[in-house]
Formats: sequence, C-alpha cells, structure tokens
Amino acid sequence: MEYVSPEGLRLDGRRPTEMRQLRAEVGVVAKADGSASFEMGNTKVIAAVYGPREVQNKGQQMNDQALVRCEYSMANFSTGDRMRKPKGDRRSTEISLVIRQTMEACILTHLMPRSQIDIFVQVLQADGGTRSACINAATLALADAGIPMRDLVTSCSSGYLNSTPLLDLNYIEDSAGGPDVTVGILPKLDKVTLLQMDAKLPIDIFENVMQLAIEGCKAVANYIREILLENTKQLEFRRGV
Amino acid sequence: MLQNKSFVRKTKQGKVIKVVREHYLRDDIYCGAPFCNVCDVSAARLSSNSSTILIVDTNVVLHQIDLLENPAIEDVVVLSIVLEEVKNKNIAVYNRLRALCSNPLRRFFVFSNEYHKDTFVKMETGESPNDRNDRAIRVASQWYQNHLGSIVRVLLITNDRENKRKATKEGISAETVESYVKSLGQPSLLDLIVQPPSEDVAMEDVEDLRPAKRKVIYPEHKPMSEITAGLHRGIYHQGKLRVNRFNPFEAYVGSESIGDEIIICGRTNMNRAFDGDVVAVELLPREQWQEEKSLVIADEDDEEEDGVHLLPNSADDAPRVTNLVQGSADDKNAMPARLSGRVVGIIKRNWHSYCGSLEPMCLPAGGGGVVHALFVSKDRRIPKIRIQTRQLGNLLDKRIIVSVDSWDCLSRYPSGHYVRTIGEIGRICVIYAVFSVDPPGCKDIDDALHCTTLPNGNFEVGVHIADVTNFVHPGTPLDDEAAQRGTSVYLVDRRIDMLPKPLTEDICSLRADVERLAFSVIWEMTSEAEIISTRYTKTIIKSYAALSYVEAQARMDDSRLMDHLTRDLRNMNALAKVMRQRRIDRGAITLASAEVKFEIDTETHDPLDIGMYQIREANQMVEEFMLAANVSVAEKILKHFPLCSLLRRHPSPTKEMLEPLLRTAAAVGLFLDVTSSKALADSLDRAVGDDPYFNKLIRILATRCMTQAVYFCSGDLSPAEFSHYGLAAPLYTHFTSPIRRYADVIVHRLLAASLGITKLPDIFQNRPQLTSTADNLNYRHRNAQMASRASVELHTLVYFRKMPTDAEARIVKLRSNGFIVFVPKFGIEGPVYLTPGADKTGEWFVDEQQQKLKKIDGSVSYSVLQTVKVHINVTEPQPNREKLQLTII
Repeated sequence: MEYVSPEGLRLDGRRPTEMRQLRAEVGVVAKADGSASFEMGNTKVIAAVYGPREVQNKGQQMNDQALVRCEYSMANFSTGDRMRKPKGDRRSTEISLVIRQTMEACILTHLMPRSQIDIFVQVLQADGGTRSACINAATLALADAGIPMRDLVTSCSSGYLNSTPLLDLNYIEDSAGGPDVTVGILPKLDKVTLLQMDAKLPIDIFENVMQLAIEGCKAVANYIREILLENTKQLEFRRGV
Repeated sequence: MLQNKSFVRKTKQGKVIKVVREHYLRDDIYCGAPFCNVCDVSAARLSSNSSTILIVDTNVVLHQIDLLENPAIEDVVVLSIVLEEVKNKNIAVYNRLRALCSNPLRRFFVFSNEYHKDTFVKMETGESPNDRNDRAIRVASQWYQNHLGSIVRVLLITNDRENKRKATKEGISAETVESYVKSLGQPSLLDLIVQPPSEDVAMEDVEDLRPAKRKVIYPEHKPMSEITAGLHRGIYHQGKLRVNRFNPFEAYVGSESIGDEIIICGRTNMNRAFDGDVVAVELLPREQWQEEKSLVIADEDDEEEDGVHLLPNSADDAPRVTNLVQGSADDKNAMPARLSGRVVGIIKRNWHSYCGSLEPMCLPAGGGGVVHALFVSKDRRIPKIRIQTRQLGNLLDKRIIVSVDSWDCLSRYPSGHYVRTIGEIGRICVIYAVFSVDPPGCKDIDDALHCTTLPNGNFEVGVHIADVTNFVHPGTPLDDEAAQRGTSVYLVDRRIDMLPKPLTEDICSLRADVERLAFSVIWEMTSEAEIISTRYTKTIIKSYAALSYVEAQARMDDSRLMDHLTRDLRNMNALAKVMRQRRIDRGAITLASAEVKFEIDTETHDPLDIGMYQIREANQMVEEFMLAANVSVAEKILKHFPLCSLLRRHPSPTKEMLEPLLRTAAAVGLFLDVTSSKALADSLDRAVGDDPYFNKLIRILATRCMTQAVYFCSGDLSPAEFSHYGLAAPLYTHFTSPIRRYADVIVHRLLAASLGITKLPDIFQNRPQLTSTADNLNYRHRNAQMASRASVELHTLVYFRKMPTDAEARIVKLRSNGFIVFVPKFGIEGPVYLTPGADKTGEWFVDEQQQKLKKIDGSVSYSVLQTVKVHINVTEPQPNREKLQLTII
C-alpha cells in the first residue's frame, strides 16, 4: 500500500515530518490534584494525578523516596468497534509500566519520602500513538499537580514506511506493520528516558527515524511549555496578582 | 486547516463500522506551472509555453490511457482524486498513469486537489460519491483557471455528458476526448481513442453501419444483483474461466461450490467471457451435458461457423445432442458426461492488451477513412477483436497491440482499439521445423538446428542459440554474478549453473514443443556445403524434437524411417561430413581426450559402471554446425568491432612442447611431422598401428602437448595471433552455449549490437575491463575443467573401492622406478611402481634412447605404449586419503 504518495503527502494530507494537530488542556478533572487532557489529532487521552499522599498499602512504603504508581486504561468507546477489554490485560499492564518508569525518571522522588503518587491515564479516543499521548498528558498533569520534576518528559513516535521516515504515526500507518519507534526525552537535559521499537531496522535508518522522533518530542515540549505558561498566567490572573 | 472525514465501512467479517479519519488541508500545494508567479516552481512539470492545460476525469483515464500514453498529449494535470478513483477501479491503469506522471520526458503533473485548502470539497448530503468527485474535478479546474488567469486555457476533458454540461454552466471550458483529439489535427491519434459505450456523448454521431449485424448474438448478461442472489441460492456458480489452449470454443470453469470443473462449450455459452474472467455459470440441463470423448480439438479456422451452431436449444443442435445421449446410454459407466454450463454474467473482467496482427483484408478505395478491421491475437484463446482504424495501410503488415474495450451482445466480436505497433511481421521469423540434439537428460539446451531444402536444391541450415541476452541485461546483478561465475560447472552427478535454474532449465532452454526466443545463424548452403549467404537474426523457435545423440544416430541409421525429421537429420549429416572433411583438409587436428561416462545409481549416487564416452556421427554433426556458427559469428563481430570483440584463440604449440610426443612416437618407430597443424594432422592420420586403440592413444598424447585455447579481446593482439591452431581456423569465438558460458553471452551482445538490434553496452568501450573479463573467463574455464576432472576422479575411486578390477593398460611414460599407465577402458591414468615405495636405488633403469625401462640384469623390460595388465584397487595409505593403486600382474 502507498502510505506516502509520490507527491510527498501522507494519507491524511500531512508531509512525512509533520505532526498531527496538538491540543491540550490543564485541569480537566477538578477532584484530582493535577489533571490534563492531551490530543494528538484524533488520539485523545486524559490524565489525572493524585498525590503526593499517604501510602495506602504500608508494605510498599519506601523511606527514602516516593512511590509512583500508574494505571493506564482504554475507554471502551475509544476505538470504533465496541469491545469489552478485561482490565489489566497484558498490553495495558505493559503500557502502565512504561509510563510509570518514564515518569519516575523525571519526578524528584527523593524529596517526597514515605508518600505515594498515583497517575491515572485513560484513552478516550484511540488513533495511534496512545503511548506518547499518555506520557505527554501525564507530564502536564504532574506539572499541574505541582510535583517537583527534573524536566518535562515528552514523547513522540515515528515510523518508517515506503522507505520514508514518518513522524507521529496515526492508526492506519501504525497498523501497516512497519517499525514504530516511540521515544521519550527530557528536552532540557537532552536525555532519553524511553525508547521502544517493535520491528527491525538497519542501524543507519534507525538513527534517522529516532532523530525524527526526538525532533517531534522537542516540538511537543515547546507546545506543553506554552500551555503551562498560559495556565500559569490564568492562575496568576485569577489570584489577582 | 483540519477536516474530519467520516464514512461507514463494512469489514471483512460483515460488521459495519464507522471510520473517522483526519484530513489536513494545506496551503503549500503548488500548481506545477513554471510560469506561475505565486507558487513555488521548483517542482513544476508543465511546459513553460503551453497554451492549454488539460485536466482529465477518471473515466477518460480509465478508458483512454493508451491515448494519454501517446507523446502528442502533453501538459496534463492529473488530480489526486482521479488517481485515487483509478487506483480503486483498475490498478494496472493506475500504474501506467503513475509511470506517466513520473516520466521526466512527459509533462504530466499531479495536483493533490484533495489536500489543497481551496479545492477540497465536502460531500453534501444526498450527494453520491461519484457526483462529489466530479464536482471536485470541476472545482479544481475552476481553481486552475482562476489561479493561472487568462495566460492559458484550462480544458477539462470528460466524456460524461452531465459533467460536461455542469462544467460549461460553471464557466469551465470542457470538451470530449474525441473533439479534443480532432482539434489536434493528428488523424493517427484517433485510432487510440476507445469508442465510447452508448450512454456517452460521442455516440450521438456514430451509427452502426452494418444493419444486418444488428441482431442479438449473445444473451444479455444478468445484472449483478441477480448474480449475487443466484450465487447465494446455488443456481449460479462462480469461478474463473479457463479457455482450452487447443480449442478456443471450449472452456472450463473451476467452481468451488460444485467442486468440479464445469465445461462451457461454444462461444454462445461462453457468452463473451474471456480467458481468466471470473464468471457466474448456470448449469445446463443434464441432457445437454457434454461427453468426455466429444471434446475434440478444434481445427485452426472454423471460427465463423462454430460460433453459431453450438447455440443451445437451437434446432441444428438438437440431433447432435440426442446422439450424445444415446451414446452415453450404451456405455454409461465407461464415459460419464461432464458437467456443462453457460455463462450468465461476468463478475470480473480479465481484459488486457493482446499482441497479434490484423486479419488480411484489401485496402478500401479511399484510403484515409475509418475502417473496421479484425484483429487476430497470437493467443488462440482470445477471440478476434474488432478495431477501428484510420491507418489500415500502415497496420496490415505490422505486429500490433490491441486492447479490448467492450463486447456488446449485438456484436460477434469484442471491440477494441489499437495501442501501438511492436514491429513488422516477419522481422522476427518464427521457425518451427527445429530440433535439438544433446546428451541424454540434458536440461540446459542451448542450441537447436533446422535444415530445409530450398527450391533451387540448396539447403537452408539454421543454428538457433538460446537468446540469453534477452533476459540477462548488462549491468544487472544477474549479469554481474554470471560474469563472475563465467561458466557452468559439470560434475559427474550434478551441475553448478552459471544462471539461475529457471533461466537455465526453462526460460532460455530450447525445450521441445514450447516457443522460445533464439538468436539464429542461418546459412544458405549448396549440397557441397559451400556457404552462399549468412543471415543473423533474432527468432522465435519451437523445437519439435529434443533428441539425444543416441536417438538422432538411431534415426539416421534406421533406413525404414523416412519422416521429415529423419530426412533433415540425414541432410545435415551429409553436409556436416563435407564440412568436416574440408576442415580436416585445411589442417584441423582431431584431438582426443579420455572422456568417460558414469552410470550412477539413482538412490545412492554411487557409480555403477564406467565406460569411455562414445562419440557418434550425431555428435560430430552437431559439433560441426556449432563450429561453423562460431566461425561465422566471429567474422561478423570482428568486422564490426575490430577492437573490442571477444574471440578465442589457440596458440600453436612450440617445438619444446611437442618434444615428449616426438620421442614417444620415435620409440615405436613412428615419425610425426609437426611443422604445421596440417602436417601434424596428416601424420596423426597415418599413425595407425596394429591395434585399434593405438591411433587414439597417440592423439591423446598429442592433445596433452597442446596449449590451452584462451579467450582474448581482439584489440589486445595483432590479427596474425587470432588463429585457432586446433581447428585450423583464422578466427574463432564462442557463440553457441550462452546458457553455460559467459563468453557466449558477451558474443551475443556484440552480435546484437553489430546487427543494430541493441546498443553496445558501455563495458565494451573499456578495453582493460574487457581484458580482465576475458582473463577471468579463462581462469574460471580452467577451474571448471579441473573441478569436473576431480569429480571424475572421485567417482572412479568410489567405483573401484567396491570392485577392484583387472584391466589392460598402456604405458605412456617411463620413470626410473616404474611407469605411468593409461587404462583406456576407464579413462584413468596412474603410476605403476615396480619397486616398493621408498627404495629408489632400483634394479631398473631407463633407456632414454629406446624409451625402454629395463631391469639391471636385463631379464625384463618395458617399452612405451606397450600393453600391460594391471590390477586396480583402492588403498588408504594415510587415513581418509584414499587413492587409486595400480599394480602390474
């Protein structure tokens, strides 16, 4: 199948190095300590953060750092076909773990010993790249909750189809079976905290594809920073400073 | 700008799902006109001085792709919506259109109207997808006209009447294909236009000129809905129609629902289906089922009549059917009737372009007018196709390509249109009376022969060589690998091919009963085998017999056989004998080698028997013609390319090299004259001893003294050095085995270039590289020979390990502690030690003068060429290093 036309346009009209439209909102769940929704095109996720709070299960309490927990789920209505997925299936467990590890790497956990931080992310609408969107949403929610972090973590995926590196795959491109590289970075520190790929690629091509994903992450980081700044301005305004 | 496309789709499981997709609209899509001062012109494809830009709609592309491919059509904007629709409807046309768009020589530009912010249209409620797409095309045309302004005219080409009307109303200039092509003023282009089916605009002025033909010949196809319903209810059966290769009026449909093949008899029952179409078939009543033996092979040209009389339920057919029923009643068990059916509808057409020629007809008086002509495909399974042409005179003697457009139930033949001319008929001649003679079991047949008697008493003799270069193009990985390998290697039990197996054994191999491409050398010869003329040409041949040497020999020897093949064989043999004699008179040396052949156990691959390879007249006959072809080709290529031809030379042996031979000969009282090859050949002929093997032995010894023949590049040596000593030919090359020798592939390319068929590949300009290629070929050739000799040795060893044998041997060389013997029966050569291994201080000494090995006390002596009896067995002096041991008895 032709995923990139000879004119250099993808199926949805993007060029290979273009991302989908980003949209984000902070504070969408009033009850949570921090929350955000994040959209990448038709992929829409919501994240809510509780904590730092008392550890519920005392056995898990750590005396030198905070316990970070993460739960990922997909809403039943998130894909077109109505499917009842059992909670805690392998895919969700894996993504929960991935998100937890990625977030743990940037939260300054040693500042909050004997406490627990819960991150809940749910996919409202799935159109490829849910993993990245969840990480981005979680970052925003953590920032909203005011949890100390080293840096923002941002994530973006990229793939390689029709001999072209493509940024930010949507569902059709994702299910084409080609390589799908998901990268998470700390943009200011310029460090990689997440790198996943579920296919084989020659190393020189892989480097290009990964570089593209990193560029995408940086673009996401800029956008998130704008949103946060906007949010702060709003808070500032409401306080009447 | 973001738009969401949403549509409903049915999945494979039959579930209906709603699909929502993003659709980004852009402002960076450019118009492709180089004179545009708004857009980025770096990727512009249209010509800078065009006055008209064409925009084509989907149906125009689908039907008139042959016209679009004509270079006269330029400055076409292909909209992405058109591409998409074409892709969904016909992937083959899509690929051709894509090729046009990417061809730098053509001015076709793809405008992604679907992603352009100004030309995207949203489907309105109640609008069908087709109408929406037509509207999108009009919007894009409008945009183009507004965008480029009055500098150029944007012309929408559509054959859809409604679309054209709307376009004109919206102020877009629109024309039909026909009127546009007419306005170009190139009558030959009009042939390429597909005659539109009746509902379209242009039909208005076309009337059927042949009222007599206006009767319904074929039953109407059932509508698709009825077919689907019928398939569900099991009345109809779906399957792919396969037309019998030998009888175009008979076809089979393999039906899954029945699990058997349904026979379709006659054009009427086939109901306009082509070979490969997916059709819906209805079974005929049981009385009309065909019987197995009534399925005959049709004669060549009974088309016109046959089409009619197989009409079902027609009066003429009735008696025949009852006959059948009676026949099958007699022996019902023996011959069950086969399922028969008729086609009621066509689910998927398999129409493409066909190659063939026009049925010969006389030119109408006027000349330039429109003529209906019948096209006859080369493939007999395809019915004749009616085409319209304005250039009948041009096309009559051409091989042309025609594609099918429609088949109306009123017309006996499908209608199509001319696509292009491949070439003149007869430029490639098809030769049928061809046969090949090879070793038994040979799969890589690279040569075939033919011989016909001409009216003037001369013979036309052709050597046809597999046209490998038609498949192996220079510079391809295949070619590089073949050049690297240089030659196929023949081992006793296997063959290591130079070219991949499908090429070696099938595609190139001149097998019997299939058409194959060949490169031919055709001579006219007198009965005295004098060559009157030589012709080199690419041909298509169909070998009708792949003989082995034994079979060919048996045919020639069997005086009862008088058939064509045998006659041709005898003629050729007679010619070959004359040629051979002449060659010998010229001084060619008949050399001999001790080739052996093994009979191999098919299960264990162990040799069962060894024997000398017997050379028959048939072998010599084939060899003679191959030599002649090689010489002819060598002359031809050297004439055209004096500096870069690949030839084969055989340097004359020096005196020192012949010394051992002379000494051996002298010892048995034979004088050999080695002053020239002619002299040597004559003395070898005279060297007849009292036993029959003596002559051969001398020849084998002579062969060993010769130098190796080598390939070389003609620019590297002076013409005096080109000669081939062994064949006594001033020029020689290898042309006849391109499947197994790369040298021949090079020579084929040279010959094709000298005939102007292809361009000479660049490598021939580069003499050092050519020389190194020739060196590599020599190297590989030598290695291949050594490998096959080693393979023979190995198998000999395996053979004698099982059965030690006593045999007669000849002494060929003397040593101080023994001698070297040659065992003619098995073709092996080896040392015989008279003293046990280490003890060299022999009681034996060699008398150089007399060529005798004598015992010190003079009791026993052995002389060269003496016959001795030896015992052959296998010993293992070192572990795993078995070797053949010969001991004298």
